[in-house]
Amino acid sequence: MSMVNNIPVGPFHPLLEEAEYFNIVVDGETVVDIDMDIGWMHRGHEFISEQKSFTQSIYLVERICGICSTSHPIACVHAFEDVDNIEIPERAAYIRSLVGELERIHSHLLWFGLAGHFIGYDTVWMWAWKYREPILQMFEIISGNRNHYGMMRIGGVAKDVDPARIPEMMKILDMVDDKMNMIIKVAKDDPVLRSRLKGVGVLTHKDAVELCAVGPTARASGVNTDVRQDEPNDAYGWVKFDVPVLPNGDVYDKFVVRALEIIESTKICRQCLEKLATVKGPILNNVKHISAGEGLGRYEAPRGEVFHFIKTDGTNRPIRHKVRAPSFNNIPTYVASCKGIPLADALITLASVDPCYCCTERSLKVVDINRDPFQIDLLKLSREKTQQIRSKIHE
Amino acid sequence: MRPEYLFYLLVFPGLLFTGTLGLVVGCVDRKVSARFQFRVGPPFLQNFNDFFKLLGKETIITKEAVASLFISAPFIAFSMIVLVSAMIGTAMFFGVSFGGDVIVVMYLLMLYSVMVILGGACTGNVYSSIGAGREIKLLLADELAFILVLLVPIVKSGYVLSLDGILAAQQDGLFIGSASGIIAFIVGILCIQAKMTLTPFDIPEAETEIVDGPFMEYSGPPLAFWKLSHLMMWVTFPFLLILLFWGGFNLSGLGILWAILKYLLIVVVMIIIKNTNPRVRIDTALNFFWKYATPLALIALILAVLGA
Repeated sequence: MSMVNNIPVGPFHPLLEEAEYFNIVVDGETVVDIDMDIGWMHRGHEFISEQKSFTQSIYLVERICGICSTSHPIACVHAFEDVDNIEIPERAAYIRSLVGELERIHSHLLWFGLAGHFIGYDTVWMWAWKYREPILQMFEIISGNRNHYGMMRIGGVAKDVDPARIPEMMKILDMVDDKMNMIIKVAKDDPVLRSRLKGVGVLTHKDAVELCAVGPTARASGVNTDVRQDEPNDAYGWVKFDVPVLPNGDVYDKFVVRALEIIESTKICRQCLEKLATVKGPILNNVKHISAGEGLGRYEAPRGEVFHFIKTDGTNRPIRHKVRAPSFNNIPTYVASCKGIPLADALITLASVDPCYCCTERSLKVVDINRDPFQIDLLKLSREKTQQIRSKIHE
Repeated sequence: MRPEYLFYLLVFPGLLFTGTLGLVVGCVDRKVSARFQFRVGPPFLQNFNDFFKLLGKETIITKEAVASLFISAPFIAFSMIVLVSAMIGTAMFFGVSFGGDVIVVMYLLMLYSVMVILGGACTGNVYSSIGAGREIKLLLADELAFILVLLVPIVKSGYVLSLDGILAAQQDGLFIGSASGIIAFIVGILCIQAKMTLTPFDIPEAETEIVDGPFMEYSGPPLAFWKLSHLMMWVTFPFLLILLFWGGFNLSGLGILWAILKYLLIVVVMIIIKNTNPRVRIDTALNFFWKYATPLALIALILAVLGA
């Protein structure tokens, strides 16, 4: 006899500390279906951004996500700069890429910790977050803040990097490299960890392409996609780096692909820091006015491609601001990767795309108290439609 | 019934002693785990505070729950653990025992798991029922290995079925010193890890999957007693292993120091296993116990019969 049960994960569940809802249908312990329901976050970021000036909306999009808090501003300033083809100084480009890559390191380390916690390995959780701490200190050295940096401006960056503190930052990057090699070694050697992650929640190459997965989720399934490589902006065209791509698409590959990305990121950071020691010049082109037009901004956030669209009308605020976060593409991959696997594996698979629901959801409910569409308009429309159908039948 | 039996059951080595020591060792566990993870850890008396605070909290019984079973399960389970710890303690410290008490210990320890299953299954919560189901599977996985481990000292002591008899048989040589003894001891520690649902076998409780499983709907005093029984197992199981394999405790002179050291060694090994492993899947646990642990325990038993 089979026992089909609905397991609710969310709206509040210790697996993911955000408001989201998954209805996992299990037969015994095997997942037979997964259904998700989004719309638990009511934030209205796009709408608020349309009420603010350009400078303010960059600060606003920084608050979309607490973890990838510089990816949204980078994509946003790219969109604004795209409207008027604004160039940024060379030094500013290096600082932008430096901050972006540091964020990738800290975001991936944060995910390692959470992944460890999700599979009950709290030691990994604490260790990963311990090694994340120096990266936050680097942010403090660069921007004065640990989490929301406020570095991005249209036409450049807000703060300069002090060349005297570059050696100190290089040391921190060396430490991160060491620890990442250790983590990769542990992942390869530990038989219990391997048995828990290897071959679990496979997202095939075909599914990854069909479901439009982005970022490490796609790269772990053998899809070679990376905005930094496909459409290099800022300093990415001037630095050397590889994009790690692994073929299997299981949680283990997603784990390793992120670890390898951290090592690539430290490479980029080192090259940026070396350039910052020599390249002189301004860090900000003063932009007074943005003309009417449309602009697109793309950036490879830690979770994948983040996309901003801006439409301006020549005033000092956007008339349309559209944000598409990477998790929006990655969350539907659950349907392909979770079916037919045990519940314990399904939950780590849910976490393995590093979903960020506050990035994804910006729903806003507009209530017009002067008009009640359900009482008047809809009823009238429905009657008209019925009469049309009736008259057709009588003919 | 002699009056000192009541003392054995309620004060030493039963309820009061095991309970207090359990809460203290729970603190040791939290402190050592914290040091493993570069944390400071809670204050030393945190477990006492938690326990007494829970006693004063409201008990919420869900609508779907079978109230009588829901409330009685933690207290029955608690009394099992008190009884087991009193039996092991009296045999170890006073040499008081009765024939066949090893078998009674086996039964009572299994009944604890049965109570967890009943308490979890009767709440009407989907997470609890999955947790209870996993507890059944885990019980199926570790029970045979655990019984085989307990059989080894019985065989080695010349088929004596009482705890003090096994202890007396170790006067000539500790069982842990023999090949069969050491194998059984190691398998025993792994079985304990599963019986106490510590990582890597904390599958029934799995916080990030099924939110503490069978204990999810518990609150107030019943939860306090679940927690207390769980902490008391930190005393009961290592004491059982020490009694069966490591010659019990000699509480004269420096023997006290050696006794504490023996006990802490087992506890620390358990904490290390707990902190250096992820939670395994239930099928991996079944595989592990049926393919590796049980055959190993069987080999130990055969060696014991052969006299090694």
